[in-house]
Amino acid sequence: MSRGVEGPQWSQAEGPPGKSEGSAQGRSSGPGGQPPNLAIKWLRAAGVALLAIAAAFLAASILIAILGINPIRAFGAFIQGSLGTRNGIAETLVRATPLALAGLGVAVAFRAGVWNIGAEGQIFLGALGATLVGLYLPPLPRPVHLLLVGLGGFAGGALWGGIAGFLKARFQANEIIVTIMMNYLGILLVGFLVTGPMKDASGLAPQPQTVPLIASALLPKLIPATRAHIGTLFAIAAAGVVWFMMKRTSLGYELRSSGANPDAARHVGIDVKRAVVVAMLISGGLAGLAGANEVSGVQHYLTQDISSGYGYLSIAVALFGGLEPLGILFSSLFFGAVLVGSEAMQRGLSVPIYLVYIIEGLVIISMLLRQLARRRSTV
Amino acid sequence: MPSSEQAVLRMVGISKKFPGVVANDGVDLEVRAGEVHALLGENGAGKTTLMSILCGLYHPDEGSIIWKGHPVRFASPWQAAAQGIGMVHQDFKLIQRMTVAENVMLGQPSSRRALFDAPAAAAAVERVSADFGLPIDPRTQVRQLSAGMQQRVAILRVLSGRPDLVIFDEPTSVLTPQEAESLFRMMRSLVQQGKSICFITHKLEEVMHIATRVTVLRDGKVVDTSETRLTSPRELARRMVGREVLFTVTKEPSLPRDVTLEVQNLATAGAPGQVALHDISLQVRQGEILGVAGISGNGQNELAEAIAGLRPVLSGRITIDGRETAHSHPREIINMGVAYIPDKVRQNAVFMDLDLAHNAMAKSHRGAPLAPFGVFRMRAIAAHVQRLLAAYHVRAPSQATLARQLSGGNLQRLVLARELSRAQHTPRLIIAANPTAGLDVGATEYVHTQLLEQRDLGRAVLLISADLDELLALSDRIAVLSAGHIVGTVPAGQVHLEDIGLMMGGTNAAGREPLS
Repeated sequence: MSRGVEGPQWSQAEGPPGKSEGSAQGRSSGPGGQPPNLAIKWLRAAGVALLAIAAAFLAASILIAILGINPIRAFGAFIQGSLGTRNGIAETLVRATPLALAGLGVAVAFRAGVWNIGAEGQIFLGALGATLVGLYLPPLPRPVHLLLVGLGGFAGGALWGGIAGFLKARFQANEIIVTIMMNYLGILLVGFLVTGPMKDASGLAPQPQTVPLIASALLPKLIPATRAHIGTLFAIAAAGVVWFMMKRTSLGYELRSSGANPDAARHVGIDVKRAVVVAMLISGGLAGLAGANEVSGVQHYLTQDISSGYGYLSIAVALFGGLEPLGILFSSLFFGAVLVGSEAMQRGLSVPIYLVYIIEGLVIISMLLRQLARRRSTV
Repeated sequence: MPSSEQAVLRMVGISKKFPGVVANDGVDLEVRAGEVHALLGENGAGKTTLMSILCGLYHPDEGSIIWKGHPVRFASPWQAAAQGIGMVHQDFKLIQRMTVAENVMLGQPSSRRALFDAPAAAAAVERVSADFGLPIDPRTQVRQLSAGMQQRVAILRVLSGRPDLVIFDEPTSVLTPQEAESLFRMMRSLVQQGKSICFITHKLEEVMHIATRVTVLRDGKVVDTSETRLTSPRELARRMVGREVLFTVTKEPSLPRDVTLEVQNLATAGAPGQVALHDISLQVRQGEILGVAGISGNGQNELAEAIAGLRPVLSGRITIDGRETAHSHPREIINMGVAYIPDKVRQNAVFMDLDLAHNAMAKSHRGAPLAPFGVFRMRAIAAHVQRLLAAYHVRAPSQATLARQLSGGNLQRLVLARELSRAQHTPRLIIAANPTAGLDVGATEYVHTQLLEQRDLGRAVLLISADLDELLALSDRIAVLSAGHIVGTVPAGQVHLEDIGLMMGGTNAAGREPLS
């Protein structure tokens, strides 16, 4: 029999494990709780992650040494810049927030067996949706307006993801290719709008951009006198919602089943094609929230570089987080700190910013090697 | 001994064990020059293993091969080919994205050089194809060819080594009748050139049609070798299936009541490379087991999938408890109380990388009592899963154990538990496809007991199986599928095994009207 849908066969036992439904242990662990080895599993996952980080930084230090810079000084600047000051911590949170939201989206799609590589385009569409709501609605009470901004962002990203999901379900179009192409379309569409129809016509703006959102559509600050805003709290809440949806609802059950084995999913009455579309709607919607977060919390207007590659980096965030919501929160913090710390290294010691991407790649490779090793050992 | 003077090949006392299976057990085989020698037997009888040993794919645990009067040991198919023995595999073993010439030359000494000389290869293929009267364009990509033409490529690959003995493994299973006839013509012309042919099959008519002599294998042992003209299909069927005597069936007489499943004139398309169903009609009543016999790949899976709503119905009707379901969504059919134990549970029924709780609650994962309004009640789920694991004796450390870690028997118990004891919708119809394939004796017995218990609870059971013994032991009636048709339906208690064997081969030999 032919598989209805091809997709990543991600072992769902991967990553920080431990929240599978039910437990034979009865009362002691509570419903849905895990036997006592939960802590051990978490420690092991964290240990492996730290090893991957250490390996990546070791390789990065070699590159830095080749540049003739003392790696210890470089990483001193790195830590100081990202975590050593109040502003550094705030900037790390500012970077981690969109990474977490988009990373959660990527994880939902990957768990459902769909390779969504299109978070970047979905972020742009989400930013656009949020901008429309934040720009063209009359002033509203702030909670109402923020809710609508969030919905606008979710809808924009869901639209972009949903198109790819529909094309895969209906025509077996390869979602990797479609989502990559949709990235370009989304980025260029926003570029067209902010340099044309939606451009701030005052001539005062330093770059092509829209006029600022009205005040009731802006996210309040989290840490005074920094850029940190309460979108970070929404990202943490989103992680909780995604965890609940995936592990505690029939919908999440069907998504995970479709991803784990589409043939078996069909046999137990799951509409795998529908699952693909739903997963892409949610996945794109979460990336769209990241876009809304950038517009409403950081930039306050829409620009043609509203996301500087958060969508691509969020794939690494999701994988490094083991496709688990809590893991993704930590992993987004890590990559947020890498971004901020690398900028500090560049400012202080002229280490090229491209080091970020080298570290990103090295971390992913270390994680994948570990996964391959596990796969081999279970066969 | 006159026979051994003519023998070009003798295999003596060949034994081959695989973990848990004795595939060949002291097999003797003698093939003469210029004969088509048929190897007849059911699935798993050891035919293919024997021929794989002969062509160097496997090494026998015991026994010897005497080829043209000399004992030989082939370390690889290349060595066998160099000595003049070639095998045309059932699945051809072609590379779809390569051309005919590239496929034919694969493994030949000339293809092992660094550079592949495409024009020379094409010329070589054209030469072979002209010599044996098998025209083909060497430059075509294999994936563009029909199954019959792909087989021709596989045959040319073997013939290009100029063999003296060619082995065909179930060569007609993917061919149309016309293609099969032309294959037989080619086989005859090969033996007229003095070559020998070993022909693996389970189709009686083909044996009678083409073979000079026939060796019947059963359970890894040779039952008999005889001249085809001195035997009959009926006799061969008896030898192949093994027993004339029926089982002592340890089941109560069935008390069939209302019709649960009714299939009328059903037609479906086949999976790629599989047969389509034509004009299938059958009934399953409450409290009876209808067995479906047939050589695997004759439409059994298509039938089960069509009833479960997983395969589009082209025409005809399917009703379950009087409700039309031919075009219903699989979930609706599940919710009508249809339990389905599909063929190949690892692929089709189980999430191997997920835990037992996830697997056990499938089909009950929507709605009350486990998930009212789409939200899981973890206590209810844990209790339900625990009940299933206990009731069906699934031995596992915990609900968090991965399905991958279970043995085949435990896995099948898990599937049975899920299908027969759902949290909602008591089963009314149970479809089981090869439910004991690959299971050991104990697990098999457990599955059988469960199915009979379901019958005695008044449920309708459709049992599809490649195992005739199983069908005879459990079924009340047996329908025989061949090439997507129902050849006949017979009461299990009175049937002669040869009749079923003949019907599986496509003939309603007894000439009696199909009973229903």
